[in-house]
Amino acid sequence: MPGAIDVSSVLRSGAEVGPVSMRPKIVTRDVNVFYGEKRALNDVSIDIPERAVTAFIGPSGCGKSTFLRCINRMNDTIPTARITGRIEIDGENIYAKDVDVVPLRARIGMVFQKPNPFAKSAYENVAYGPRIHGLARTRAELDEIVESSLRKAGLWDEVKDRLQQPGTSLSGGQQQRLCIARAVAVSPEVILMDEPCSALDPIATARIEELIDELRQNYTIVIVTHSMQQAARVSQRTAFFHLGNLVEQGPTEEIFTTPSDPRTQNYITGRIG
Amino acid sequence: MTDVAHQHGPRRIVSEVQVLRRRRRERIFVIFGLASTLIGLLVLLALLGNLVIDGVARLDWNFLTNFPSRRAAQAGILSAWVGSLLVILVTACIGAPLGVGAGIYLEEYSARNWLTNIIEVNVANLAAVPSIVYGLLALGLFVYGFGTGRSIFTAGLTLALLILPIVIVATREAIRSVPQTIREAALAIGATKGQVTKDHVLPAALPGVLTGVIIGLSRALGETAPLITIGALTFIAFLPAPPITSEFPFVSFEWLFDGFTVLPIQAFNWISRPGRDFHANAAAAGLVLLIMTLALNSIAIVLRYRLRKRLQW
Repeated sequence: MPGAIDVSSVLRSGAEVGPVSMRPKIVTRDVNVFYGEKRALNDVSIDIPERAVTAFIGPSGCGKSTFLRCINRMNDTIPTARITGRIEIDGENIYAKDVDVVPLRARIGMVFQKPNPFAKSAYENVAYGPRIHGLARTRAELDEIVESSLRKAGLWDEVKDRLQQPGTSLSGGQQQRLCIARAVAVSPEVILMDEPCSALDPIATARIEELIDELRQNYTIVIVTHSMQQAARVSQRTAFFHLGNLVEQGPTEEIFTTPSDPRTQNYITGRIG
Repeated sequence: MTDVAHQHGPRRIVSEVQVLRRRRRERIFVIFGLASTLIGLLVLLALLGNLVIDGVARLDWNFLTNFPSRRAAQAGILSAWVGSLLVILVTACIGAPLGVGAGIYLEEYSARNWLTNIIEVNVANLAAVPSIVYGLLALGLFVYGFGTGRSIFTAGLTLALLILPIVIVATREAIRSVPQTIREAALAIGATKGQVTKDHVLPAALPGVLTGVIIGLSRALGETAPLITIGALTFIAFLPAPPITSEFPFVSFEWLFDGFTVLPIQAFNWISRPGRDFHANAAAAGLVLLIMTLALNSIAIVLRYRLRKRLQW
């Protein structure tokens, strides 16, 4: 197949990744997003399993980031955005009238495309979430949360001696892991990642991918990525978006080896996108 | 694209004559720009030089610590600079929180609708309202309406209104320049909008906000017309009541309601008198005013520089 991107070398067999629980953590039905008059997402229905990595792939502008930002109601911050349909987390509709977005977003962490640490020390970056949610009663407890979050993000050994230096003075990859630690610090159940490696070099990317693999033991992870190799490497399930439609979803291995839709086939072989 | 070039392009060699013409035009523009800059600067320098020559001889300790007098050589600006300082203090205490608050509301909270659009246009318009109009408003509303008198308080209130649009616009610009990614980062871990604003947006916008406040204050420092309108005195031989007293509760706000004069009014008063001696006094008062303004502006620059260094994305 000329021009095909070969992902078979990085795909891992089912035995290797271990069993994927199919208890759905996030269930969406007929989710539509409009930006003013423009419809950005058409009737997206998907079940996202808990404690596994689900990858959203697709060409630019296909709606995958838009959909991701529906899951923590980040699209609420865009005045023209309107969302219809249902998104349930553990059976609870997060768009119900009585849902407060503040505790909701604490349950659903998010890591962004460009590392965006606060203009504060590394320590304060991680401590900010626990502080505003009142998760630590004493300084010692806070120290403990900061340390364990940084350990989970694989950053502790690199920053333990410079916790008081600004988070922005770290390298790009370290900044992104700091952002992961910041998300982890408020003990979320779900972590959304919006192209978390697109601003990083290959070594930093590999480091984050390893981390994602460790984190999935405890968290439900949804990752938007432009790199099919990355989707193949880190995810157990993959969903392919095209022009605002969820075209196909299934176990990652299946999507990459035996896609059923010709559009998926074309995308993973590099003919569109 | 290349096809189009071929269809239309018999002449694909750049004409040297044409290039020379373009270069000449550029050179003429550069000379014009340089001349404009120099003319502005030179006139300003000449004015400044004139002021220094006229006034510097009168600048001494006595000039700063004497009240005005009928004799030019003994006249000083004590009541004027104290008045200026107190009025600016009141202006800052009222104008800064109101302006910054309004700026934050308009930028972070207000819904985008026709009402906010009207408010926005009017804030911009307010900045262009002649200062005497503020004086007339203050005379009617504060002096006669609320009975605040021809006092330091009234003056501070009036100038606070005057600088409000400046502070609002500066605050909004500063807030708008804070990257959206910072707001999203904080929102995504469950911060409320208020926490995002207080903990992240405002600290990042602080250099710009402070610059706006200080530029507004230097504008207020030089204002004369609205203060004359509300009835500032021109000859005043006493100081306002002291803010600290010997009796309980040891602080007094009586000074707020005392009569006052300010430096530009004092200078104006002297310059309108016959006699060279008083003109020298006016020049010296002008110099002091200029130094105060420059000092304020330098504080703004230093603050902006130091706060910006702390922030980087």
